[in-house]
Amino acid sequence: MRKTGFLLSLCVFMTCWLPSAFAEFTIEITQGVDNPTRIAISPMTLGGRALPEDISNIVSADLDRSGLFNSIPRQNMLSFPARENDVYLRDWRVLGAEYLVVGDVTDHGGSYKVTFSLMEVAGGRKLFTKAVDGKAAQLRDIAHHISDQVYETITGIPGAFSTRIAYVSAIPKNGKMSFRLMVSDADGARERLLLASDEPIMSPAWSPDAKELVYVSFETGRPAIFRQNLATAAREQLTNFRGLNGAPSWSPDGRKLALVLSKDGNPELYTLDLATRKFTRVTTHFAIDTEPNWTPDGKSLVFTSDRGGAPQIYKLTIASGQVERLTFAGSYNARPRLAPDGRTLVMVHRDKGDFHIASQDLVTGDLRVLTQTYLDESPTVAPNGAMLIYATKQGSKGVLAAVSLDAGVKFLLPATVGDVREPAWSPK
Amino acid sequence: MKNQLLKYGALVTVVMALLSGCSSTGTDTTDTASAGTSVPSSQVSTGSVSTEGVTATTLGTDTAVPRVFYFEFDRAVLNAESTAALRLHAEWLRDNPVNVRLEGHADERGTREYNMALGERRANAVRDFLISEGVNGNLLEVISYGEESPASLDSNETAWALNRRVEMK
Repeated sequence: MRKTGFLLSLCVFMTCWLPSAFAEFTIEITQGVDNPTRIAISPMTLGGRALPEDISNIVSADLDRSGLFNSIPRQNMLSFPARENDVYLRDWRVLGAEYLVVGDVTDHGGSYKVTFSLMEVAGGRKLFTKAVDGKAAQLRDIAHHISDQVYETITGIPGAFSTRIAYVSAIPKNGKMSFRLMVSDADGARERLLLASDEPIMSPAWSPDAKELVYVSFETGRPAIFRQNLATAAREQLTNFRGLNGAPSWSPDGRKLALVLSKDGNPELYTLDLATRKFTRVTTHFAIDTEPNWTPDGKSLVFTSDRGGAPQIYKLTIASGQVERLTFAGSYNARPRLAPDGRTLVMVHRDKGDFHIASQDLVTGDLRVLTQTYLDESPTVAPNGAMLIYATKQGSKGVLAAVSLDAGVKFLLPATVGDVREPAWSPK
Repeated sequence: MKNQLLKYGALVTVVMALLSGCSSTGTDTTDTASAGTSVPSSQVSTGSVSTEGVTATTLGTDTAVPRVFYFEFDRAVLNAESTAALRLHAEWLRDNPVNVRLEGHADERGTREYNMALGERRANAVRDFLISEGVNGNLLEVISYGEESPASLDSNETAWALNRRVEMK
């Protein structure tokens, strides 16, 4: 009994602190914008002493990964100012830096405070000085917060560096696949295990407050929808119907799920009121209806249906029950996700043979293919609407890749263990 | 005793790590050096799975009769070979009513949840055929695995053909 207790606590310890497969990760940017902004992030240290995490390197990597910036390598820098007053602008002008970030770190007995400034080098103008604090374990959060501030001030678009990605990885085990539900930072760092199972795990989706996930697990021998709190790991089974229990999507107000059940004979969309536990069927068609995603106003669902003979994307207005077809180009359009503007629809699209990620402007109807990789699926848009992450195949291995919504920036996320699939970008 | 110490050591480490994940609350960011923003916690803990076994069935048809039935891409129509085999299974099941699990599968192309629906449609085609041959529908359970449990892990036409299937168990 004692031994079991020990083993259990060891197991919890090990699963929570899995050595990150992303250790020493590098992101391979395969395509960037033509004239990225040159920015320098001066090293941020504790009065010359290195911190457990290199904040400046994390900020540089964040900004480079957006494709809009090209950060100046540390070894080229002529000086390492920490405060605005220490800056000699000519040191940065000769390097061609358009912007400079400096930061001063102070230790407050177990927590750190970083006071950081953004400067425009040509005019010698300070754009802001801000401060952020956190514990030692939060140095990466501090770095991503700095990246967000710098990115938003220069581009006018909120940053999405402090967000996270949930995804599923499948690892061969005794001739069968073993499944893991994982969460990492948006840069792939700090990978954490949420759930491991020998049966499939599918379709993770975030709650709007980014504190919970819903997903499909086959652990009972049948598909069922579960919700799980990220901080406490507490989980609850929400559905247990005969047939499909799938494709959960959390409503923008957090009160409902849209999901798919086939208990009445074929796959239909339902909503589940999380407070009253009431299921309401919202589609009635003998074809496949699946993969619902809420519009930002919470009044409609976009979804996949083969009611026209092949999978295409439709929009259901929940109150009226009215259904409207949205996609017409291509032989296969499925798994729609709306960008936060509610106007840009992203999907899996096939025209002649290959499956790619495409976006469609719902106002003009224009469809644009964004990717050229192989067997692309599961697009998920960043909360700032600038980029999407999707799953693709390299050889026979599932990997994650990213593309900007204007298709100008492309990169692969760092490789990890097993087949990685079904990314879901946190809403905050 | 050593184990006990290790145990508590591990627990203490977990607790400390959990605590360190909690953030302090701070005031909003302003354009001064004195006020600060506290970054929110990104604590993640691991859940655990309780796996229940699924009852095995004992389909007794001659083992030479196929128990896996194959389909075309995005289709759920049984071919002649499948219907011939299913007639033999139906004949046996009419005399020996045991529970049968029909597991529907899809190949990796297309989206995962659509493939779940497609796998179910294929398994339903097998179920409906068996019922039309006089098998009691209450014995037949349909489960779709979509593309999550492929027979072949390769990524080519041969593998896809093997993966678009219904397994009778």
